[in-house]
Amino acid sequence: MPPDEGRMATYDFIFDKLGLRDWCDGGDGGENGSSGPMSMADLLGKTTGDAVEVSAWDTPFPSLDNLHDACDAIPQSRDLTTGLESGFLNIKDSLKVVVDPLTQPLSWALNEMLWVMQAVPWWIMIPLLMLITYAVGRSRKLVGLVALCFGFLAFVDYYDYTMQTLAIIFVCAFICVLLGVPIGIAMSRSDRTQRIMIPILDMLQTLPPFVYLIPLIFLFSVTEPKLYGIAIILYAIVPVVRLTDLGIRLVDQDVIEAADAFGMTSRQKLFGVQIPLALPNIMAGVNQTIMMSLAMVVIASLVSAPGLGVLVLRGIRSLELGVGLLSGLGIVLLAIILDRVTKAALARINSSQPK
Amino acid sequence: MSDDIKIKIRNLYKIFGNDPEMALEHVKNGMGKTDLLAEHNHVLGLNDINVDMPAGKTTVIMGLSGSGKSTLIRHLNRLIDPTAGEVLVDGDDILSYSDKQLRDLRQHRMSMVFQKFALFPHRTVLENTGLAPSIEGKSKKKYEDEARKWLARVGLEGQGEQYPHQLSGGMQQRVGIARALTSNSDIMLMDEAFSALDPLIRTDMQNLLIELQAELQKTVVFITHDLDESLKLADHLVILKDGFIVQQGEPQHILLNPCDPYIEDFVSDINRARVLRVRSVMRKTTEEMGEISGEVDHDDNLESLIERSGGDTTNRYRVMKDGKQVGILEMTDLVRSLVPQGGSSDPEAARRAG
Repeated sequence: MPPDEGRMATYDFIFDKLGLRDWCDGGDGGENGSSGPMSMADLLGKTTGDAVEVSAWDTPFPSLDNLHDACDAIPQSRDLTTGLESGFLNIKDSLKVVVDPLTQPLSWALNEMLWVMQAVPWWIMIPLLMLITYAVGRSRKLVGLVALCFGFLAFVDYYDYTMQTLAIIFVCAFICVLLGVPIGIAMSRSDRTQRIMIPILDMLQTLPPFVYLIPLIFLFSVTEPKLYGIAIILYAIVPVVRLTDLGIRLVDQDVIEAADAFGMTSRQKLFGVQIPLALPNIMAGVNQTIMMSLAMVVIASLVSAPGLGVLVLRGIRSLELGVGLLSGLGIVLLAIILDRVTKAALARINSSQPK
Repeated sequence: MSDDIKIKIRNLYKIFGNDPEMALEHVKNGMGKTDLLAEHNHVLGLNDINVDMPAGKTTVIMGLSGSGKSTLIRHLNRLIDPTAGEVLVDGDDILSYSDKQLRDLRQHRMSMVFQKFALFPHRTVLENTGLAPSIEGKSKKKYEDEARKWLARVGLEGQGEQYPHQLSGGMQQRVGIARALTSNSDIMLMDEAFSALDPLIRTDMQNLLIELQAELQKTVVFITHDLDESLKLADHLVILKDGFIVQQGEPQHILLNPCDPYIEDFVSDINRARVLRVRSVMRKTTEEMGEISGEVDHDDNLESLIERSGGDTTNRYRVMKDGKQVGILEMTDLVRSLVPQGGSSDPEAARRAG
């Protein structure tokens, strides 16, 4: 007998023919389909009281919901999503036991860095940043640009926000390099590691950042900085890993052979030949990583990351066009500075060892 | 100079492919390179190689591209491991070496010079030259004197602070040679060391090697595809074709007695007067002969003698070695030896055969 009085589901015949009708009806007992609210089609069917005649043209895809109509033992698609959710919630606690202590240093680092960047007065901070720029890039023009950009941002009272964003980027990019370079080296040394890592990197790169924010929110409290720290690192680590791997693989095989022929150990080869020669590529990866963490820092403000992203969000939420535009400009300026400074460092490395 | 054998290669086989052991059986049963590739998709790199390389002399391994010569030289320091066979250096089977012993061999007993120089682009010329001592962990201060000495010896005095890319190709290869010499190893492997250089520089470098060799008497294993170069440098010449040895021996001997049409074609093309020495065409005798036009050294080449005689074929010379007569050279013999016996007179044929 069909599950709903007077209502025919399209795929009834399959279960009838296969002799599974008893299994279907037995599955949920008498209270068929009561596990959740009825779908719109169910309601429509109820009100008209007629069997919904479905022409061949409108035959629905045998999806979970449609099959559920015919057979109660088959779950609805929303059971699948709730199942995923409860599954995640079940392992959440045990996962937290492992992940929490591991990631705690990230929270500390972010908190400390945020505190330091804001506690140091501007008349020390801005010259300090200019000094770092000069040390890295050796270009007076670049130092001027840095002074100009930070001067402007401070002038429009965005100094604190800028420093917060910068603090987050510094910490996250540093950790990305710290983890990404060794991963890249491991990939370059073993084809199997590379085969395993490449799909993971592809996934991290293509997954919309909002998607991995969701499980992170369940895992950690929104008040913890490591929540957005992890999101940024996952998103931004990809280029440095990829380019480290590529850079080491691209090192001239003749040179590697010479290193072997003179009896270098693999350690000497790695630190004496491969990494120095891959450095231009690794630096290009660091540049990309910094740019991507800047992009992510805006999205991360959805989960309480402080900084310019908060202003952008305010612009969207309360339709404050001016605030949104100005903070957007601030992010662009930061991006330009970070890009130019890392590229200047890259150019210096390149000029010191042209091939 | 002693006639000790420094490196012995015994029944060496190398087969590239998924299952070299299986392919080795076929090769030992007499299957050739083309059949092996067609039927089993394995490449026969080296086929039953036996060579004795004398200590303190230059052994040249000559062959066209694809003959397996670069593969062979890489077996000597195990950059490539063989499928079967033995390589003995100073009587030690290096195939049984542990990683540590192998590194020691490469650091102290063998050095290598590469076709494409293979200098480290991020290190200065001096640091490149001192590669071997720096791998041992010696500081720059310690190896600097030694490295500078060898740089000066190869004619690069005062260039130590440059980077390799600032030097020309010939100069870069001089650094490569200085790097090999600084390791103070007895054996020098040279893999087409001069092939990437232009002809004039190549001649310079060959002369430099001959000079160094007269002074240092290293055991040099030199790979080349150039017959003129191999005849100029070799004390012992090994000719490879498709992974097996066609003929080996003293170069003069190979030139005068080619044992294979392949080699006949090869040698028909070269300037014999420049390559052949008086000792190879003289008649051995210590008896006095009348009417001597002059004395010549046994190691002079025929070209110099033709110039000296002014083309007069009736002359007769006394051949001297260390101040004593070792033979008599008739100019008529000399002229006859300039024409290859039985070789194809068509240089195109030689090229086709190659």
